[in-house]
Amino acid sequence: MENGTLASLTGITKVYRTGKVEVRALGGIDLDIKRGEFVAIIGPSGSGKSTLMNIIGCLDTPTSGTYVLDGQPVADMGIHELASIRNKKIGFIFQNFNLLAYATAYENVELPLIFAGAPGPVRKEKVMHSLSVVGLADRADHKPTELSGGEMQRVAIARALANDPEVILADEPTGNLDTKSGQEIISIFERLNSAGRSVVTITHDMTIASRCHRIVPIRDGLIESNTENGKDVDGTIN
Amino acid sequence: MRILTYKLLLFLKLIGREFKAQKLRMGLTILAITWGTISITLLMAFSVGLDQQFAKARQGLGDGIVIVWGGQTSLPFQGLPQGRRISFRTESGIIDLIKSHVVGIDMIAGEFLRWGQTLEYGEKQINKLVCGTYPEYEVMRAHYAKAGGRFINKKDMDLKRRVVYLGTDVAEELFDEGVNPVGEMVKINSIPFTVIGVMIEKLQDSNYHGPDDNYVVIPASTFLLFYGDPFFDNLVYKIEDGIDSKAVEKDLFRVLGAKYRFDPEDESALWIWDTVEGEEISRKVFLGITIFMWFIGGMTLLIAGIGVANIMYVAVRERTKEIGTKIALGAERKHIVFQFMTEALSIAFVGGIVGIGFSVTICALFRLLPMEGALEFMGKPTVNWVVAITTVLTLSFIGLFAGLFPARKAASINPVEALRYE
Repeated sequence: MENGTLASLTGITKVYRTGKVEVRALGGIDLDIKRGEFVAIIGPSGSGKSTLMNIIGCLDTPTSGTYVLDGQPVADMGIHELASIRNKKIGFIFQNFNLLAYATAYENVELPLIFAGAPGPVRKEKVMHSLSVVGLADRADHKPTELSGGEMQRVAIARALANDPEVILADEPTGNLDTKSGQEIISIFERLNSAGRSVVTITHDMTIASRCHRIVPIRDGLIESNTENGKDVDGTIN
Repeated sequence: MRILTYKLLLFLKLIGREFKAQKLRMGLTILAITWGTISITLLMAFSVGLDQQFAKARQGLGDGIVIVWGGQTSLPFQGLPQGRRISFRTESGIIDLIKSHVVGIDMIAGEFLRWGQTLEYGEKQINKLVCGTYPEYEVMRAHYAKAGGRFINKKDMDLKRRVVYLGTDVAEELFDEGVNPVGEMVKINSIPFTVIGVMIEKLQDSNYHGPDDNYVVIPASTFLLFYGDPFFDNLVYKIEDGIDSKAVEKDLFRVLGAKYRFDPEDESALWIWDTVEGEEISRKVFLGITIFMWFIGGMTLLIAGIGVANIMYVAVRERTKEIGTKIALGAERKHIVFQFMTEALSIAFVGGIVGIGFSVTICALFRLLPMEGALEFMGKPTVNWVVAITTVLTLSFIGLFAGLFPARKAASINPVEALRYE
């Protein structure tokens, strides 16, 4: 795994305007995420962490500041390039899983591969591989309603992994899960991370955050202290 | 090209999946389009059938004919008092007079009538109206004979033959099924007549001595031989194409006024039934009905269109979150828009085909029904393909646009907002 900076955010602000009221969601964020890092973004609701995550995931654009992903300034990208980035470089995971209810696990995981235009045999191989990574190869034909919450989120992880992205971005992935399932999800993240993939996750849960390498606490749209999580700093990063 | 085909297949795969998912909604939309198509095409189909049938019925009595009876004068004229009866004496040469002096008359024939005459065939005996008339009557009053038979002709007239032409119902009453009446002998008041023809069944919306189905026609010359009637009961004439029936009528009053010595302005001297005028009114009424049908059709189309638009709009709205998810997973705008477009078009196509299929089937089944009484006037409903295809296309476009705009909007809004949409 090549070292270096995967995502670099400098002076990122985000201002929402509702009518005459301006809401400052992010007030100037400087954040570097290195390749192979496992980062937890924590903070109370309304602190701006989801906004930050959406900007990192190229789903939202900052009001000011620069965001460089994999050496390319995101602001310069056109809609096709952005779609391609979201499709291939980023694997997004949502709190509510956001699986297509009518599609099987297999079909859900296949979706990003269809958007990527991957040929049939490649799709099949990648879908089955992704499902086996999360331990659900035998559930390929099940629909979301036939799966438990933990399993649904694992399907969502498999879907995020389908195009072999550089980074997994998870917005409170355990927020709707019981503790045991939540721990399972984090274990999968750890496995993925130890295989070299960057993982950024938002969480409320300190027991989960403590398993990450770095914790980025956010409050009122600002990073409080960009501290690294003691135990792993020297071990895995750099 | 291969890549394009391949990408198209991928698209279709996606869409096929979503079709399965939205069975109920798809079903409802298809139903809306099917229903719209059926209502409009059937409405128009039955309107066509009705129109054709009414046109035919109008011509059942005859096309462009006028019937004239002698009346009673209401004005004194040249020293003659009012209240004088006008009768057309047989030997007066009135037919030739009218033919040679009234402009715009194509054909003319007189009619002699006797009610309650006894007809016998074998054991059967019935009472009917017997009409003595001329060969011209055939064309004027649409008295066409079934295959193998004929109407009375000039030779029958000249030879005063004892031949008879029967209305459809009369033939049915006298003869058993399977018996060909032509050539058979029937007795009218115990005098034997040879049947020369039976009328083809026809639709008739009006009459003056009962429907033609009930007519028994013999040559005028034969009639006079047996009954010696000195007066025509009435005259029937047919106007030349393109001539105003009112002008002919005026001319007739002038010519007959001079002969029978009544004031040409005296309207009660002759009783005239101008079917041309009636046809004109009936045609206008029907035009009105047709316009009304189109109006209803248009309204139905509008309602169906609103239904389709509504369903498509809701469909897109309720999948906003799904659109957001797809964008987050790397879907491009075209993936989203194309999906809804294809969906709308496929729904409209399926709905339209099913609707047209139903309409054609209903029309075909309707034609199988026995056409009696009022149903007879429904005629043969025929699906108008221009109407059917226009309907389907209109509904498709409405569905397409109703789906396209929210889909485009959803595909271009901030994915974060789309994801947050509940």
